[in-house]
Amino acid sequence: MEFNENFILGCSAIGAGLAVIAGIGPGVGQGIAAGHAAAAVGRNPGAKSAITSTMILGQAVAETTGLYGLIVAILLLFVKPLLW
Amino acid sequence: MMQGILLSAGSDIDVMVHGLFQYKFFGHEVWITTTHVSLLFVMLILIGFSIAAGQAIKKGAEVPGGFQNVVELIVEKLDGVVDGTMGKNSPKYRNYIGAIFIFILFSNISGLLGLRPPTADYGVTFPLGVVTFILIHFNQFKYQKPKDIWKDMCSPLPPWLPIWFPINVISELAVPVSLSLRLFANVLSGTIIMALVYGLLGWFATIWPAALHVYFDLFSGAIQTYVFCMLTMTYVSNAIGGEE
Repeated sequence: MEFNENFILGCSAIGAGLAVIAGIGPGVGQGIAAGHAAAAVGRNPGAKSAITSTMILGQAVAETTGLYGLIVAILLLFVKPLLW
Repeated sequence: MMQGILLSAGSDIDVMVHGLFQYKFFGHEVWITTTHVSLLFVMLILIGFSIAAGQAIKKGAEVPGGFQNVVELIVEKLDGVVDGTMGKNSPKYRNYIGAIFIFILFSNISGLLGLRPPTADYGVTFPLGVVTFILIHFNQFKYQKPKDIWKDMCSPLPPWLPIWFPINVISELAVPVSLSLRLFANVLSGTIIMALVYGLLGWFATIWPAALHVYFDLFSGAIQTYVFCMLTMTYVSNAIGGEE
């Protein structure tokens, strides 16, 4: 069976949209990390700067999986590997 | 080509790296791209700043004032961050961490000057990740015994049963890839969103995108710079090992 270019482009756009759903996971994870950091600051306000830097580091690591989804979507939209 | 995804914008939206000038290098086609141009601008700014800072420190006064104050503040803050993370290993790594911190920070911020940020090119961030990878393993072989490294690489199982060895090798190789992809994807997503705002909204995007610039260029760029340097320092001090 043969597909034309527009069909492949449309399917790539759908795939890119599906790939960006990966952003849900890091959102939940970062929210949990921020909530626990807020609780920790409430318990021990003296350690605020250490807690903040630990939270930012953990959130950045958790963000990576979502960014992989974003990279897949960007590749599908702009590099168009399915058309090669 | 773009009309499929960006109907009202035509081909105004410009987020990719462009080749500007082509030349032959030992028979290969090599391109000077927009990344090289923005890297050149960033380098010029940094070189000018460092010359000025050197002059200010050279004829420094006992009571610092003006520019000397700013330079001393920057150096003190960076040294404080490195000291807080690496402890007794910090004197060797202050220079390197400070250099990549300032370089990545200026690269991320250069979107404000209308340049395409150099860190939105995977060819710039991947070498930074590779340098971190080399630092980790150089220090591991320098400060740890080969027996301990082998035991670490087979870690959940005893050292005479290296079934987990390939999996641990993959997880070591994933370190530079994930470090560089994190920086790259964050900066690239900011660049794309700003290009979409300017390209799709046209005249409507006049003053208020400044707020978006503050978030995507300044805040996100600074956070990612901090994260890259913190992770580099954490990995390197883990590789050095020993007591804290």
